[in-house]
Amino acid sequence: MYNYTDFDTAFIKERNAQFRAQVERRIDGSLTEDEFKPLRLMNGLYLQLHAYMLRVAIPYGTLNSRQMHVLADIADKWDKGYGHFTTRQNIQYNWPELRDVPDMLDALGAVQMHAIQTSGNTIRNVTADHFAGAAADEIADPRPVAELIRQWSTDHPEFQFLPRKFKVAVTGSPNDRAVIKAHDIGLRMVERDGLAGFEVIVGGGLGRTPMIGKVLRDFLPREDLLPYLEAIVSVYNLLGRRDNKYKARIKITVHENGLEDFGARVEERFALIRPQFTGVDQQMLAAIESDFAAPEFRSAPDTEYQDARRHYPAFRSWADTNLSEHRAPGYAIVTISLKAHGATPGDATSAQMRLMADLAKRYGHDELRISHEQNVILPHVHKNDLPSVYSALRAAGLGTANIGLISDIIACPGMDYCALATARSIPIAQEIATRFDELKIEHDVGPLKIKISGCINACGHHHVGHIGILGLDRAGVENYQITLGGDHTQDATIGERAGPGFSAEEIIPAVERLVMAYLDLRSELGETFLDTYRRLGLAPFKAALYPEARANAA
Amino acid sequence: MPRAYIPKVVTANALLEGDVIYQTATGWSRNLAEAEVLTDEADADLRLIDASQQHDRVVGVYLADVDISGPTPKPTHFREDFRARGPSNYVHGKQEAPKHV
Ligand code: HEM
Ligand code: SF4
Repeated sequence: MYNYTDFDTAFIKERNAQFRAQVERRIDGSLTEDEFKPLRLMNGLYLQLHAYMLRVAIPYGTLNSRQMHVLADIADKWDKGYGHFTTRQNIQYNWPELRDVPDMLDALGAVQMHAIQTSGNTIRNVTADHFAGAAADEIADPRPVAELIRQWSTDHPEFQFLPRKFKVAVTGSPNDRAVIKAHDIGLRMVERDGLAGFEVIVGGGLGRTPMIGKVLRDFLPREDLLPYLEAIVSVYNLLGRRDNKYKARIKITVHENGLEDFGARVEERFALIRPQFTGVDQQMLAAIESDFAAPEFRSAPDTEYQDARRHYPAFRSWADTNLSEHRAPGYAIVTISLKAHGATPGDATSAQMRLMADLAKRYGHDELRISHEQNVILPHVHKNDLPSVYSALRAAGLGTANIGLISDIIACPGMDYCALATARSIPIAQEIATRFDELKIEHDVGPLKIKISGCINACGHHHVGHIGILGLDRAGVENYQITLGGDHTQDATIGERAGPGFSAEEIIPAVERLVMAYLDLRSELGETFLDTYRRLGLAPFKAALYPEARANAA
Repeated sequence: MPRAYIPKVVTANALLEGDVIYQTATGWSRNLAEAEVLTDEADADLRLIDASQQHDRVVGVYLADVDISGPTPKPTHFREDFRARGPSNYVHGKQEAPKHV
């Protein structure tokens, strides 16, 4: 894990002290809201529907047990005993009071965490594969690079007032678990002729004009990374539309100028600034890398694990669903579901956070990760420890065996919290999960991603959900639009709109009809929902969604 | 004939807690039932201006439509309904208050 240098610690302290003074001046009336708002946003503090919201960065989703404990303590002391983990590897507190926020930031600072650049038109929290450093399919750990980018982008004077927010994601695996094609810049670590480098993707994004990113460079040598990123962001800073908020993201810049023209400008700028990067960044990277050295994995047979699998069906079911392949023999990656049927996706109570922290400490080399699918991961657990881990999780309501299944839903906060929302997301997710739990067909349905957003901004990633649900306001009533066939992996695809939306009462039965249609349509047991959709297209699913239209046409 | 003015309340978020508040004849309340209902456009605009100047107490002031056919004002749009009531997934915010509507 990255450890703050003295510089980092001093910087955070100074910044928090500055914000404390700003909050005091806001409360005593010497700052107006118009003056204060940009300052609070620079420190991750939003004003939402019912309260303030503090968004804390969890850089590349990595944290240790001590940090997780502090997140739990903050939830108890200054919030309502829980936190909400988001798709951008952040945690959000939904109920802080204004005068407490400086104390919250100090508590975070004490364990090397902060809320800087979790808002505003800057380079946001750099995200990465949540299985980084553990996955069997990994070429290299993406986190040192993500940390380097964080250091370069934090408080970068040129990039504090970009045309719009800017998001960078990095993966070190060919199997993309970081949704790199839906980011402003997506980086995939690759190797060519023994040389380490990156495939650089630009101009992806969700929101009102969803776009899949395009390859700007298929191979960028590793030591060119920072100057090349700097070139991209400065070209965007210059060309990005500042006249229209809805056309300001880099995806529009690339689209309007053309990939070729945009790329040529980047290369020109890159050539100009490359000499200024004299190698210090590479020295920094080497130092960062030593912080991310892999833990010492123990070698032991996995007899106890195999025994537990044979004797306990519930454990086996959980193991089959929630474990992923680790690169070290005898180890597994554990995904802890924050999606108990009927619960709010992504929420964890302070007690649950502490339990996960303790399990990480005892069985997981003191590491935790937050996934963009709003779950928590113990990246390094020896298989023999899994029965103990599972029983502890289960006792805390964290043993749901549903990773990648229909109830493992991403849902944004929607109109229950978010000031921008046009409809609620959370109750829809809760009802779908509950319904399919009652039907007991979740495991039979197999891999299926439902993603729900409460407005067109698409925080819930609905465009890249196999089934995407977008909440809208139709004449003062909540209405839900379905998209189908989206995919967030290396084969990223934007889903197609299925047709007219559904009311809140109609949407659960509509999803049920879709899933039942899939079960009828699949060619064999192993064909997933997405594969079936790709084979057959929209028509049969549309017929299932709108049976009355078919009846009328007949 | 000019269209009838839809009755309004002045609403905002409290500066310190951030929660939803409504202007009453004399101050602010967390309870929509206690809000001052404005049935005259000119009146409403004046009350809005007055509220907007209270920088040290409130944030994001605006006028929200209400239905006054019952004994207390009710929101006409679902967004205002959630603001008046609190989130649907937990008994948090206003719903924790002892005499919640
Ligand atoms: C509740 C406060 C939130 C606000 C005010 C907010 C605001 C926004 C806005 C305005 C956009 C569109 C930006 C654009 O296209 O230019 C957006 C996109 C997005 N937000 Fe949020 N968001 C919030 C919460 C969340 C949460 C909880 C998540 C994770 C669940 C999230 C993750 C994302 C993602 C992934 C996108 C789309 C990706 C992209 O930028 O293309 N946000 N958000
Ligand atoms: S998608 Fe819309 S409603 Fe949901 S969190 Fe994002 S901005 Fe809010």
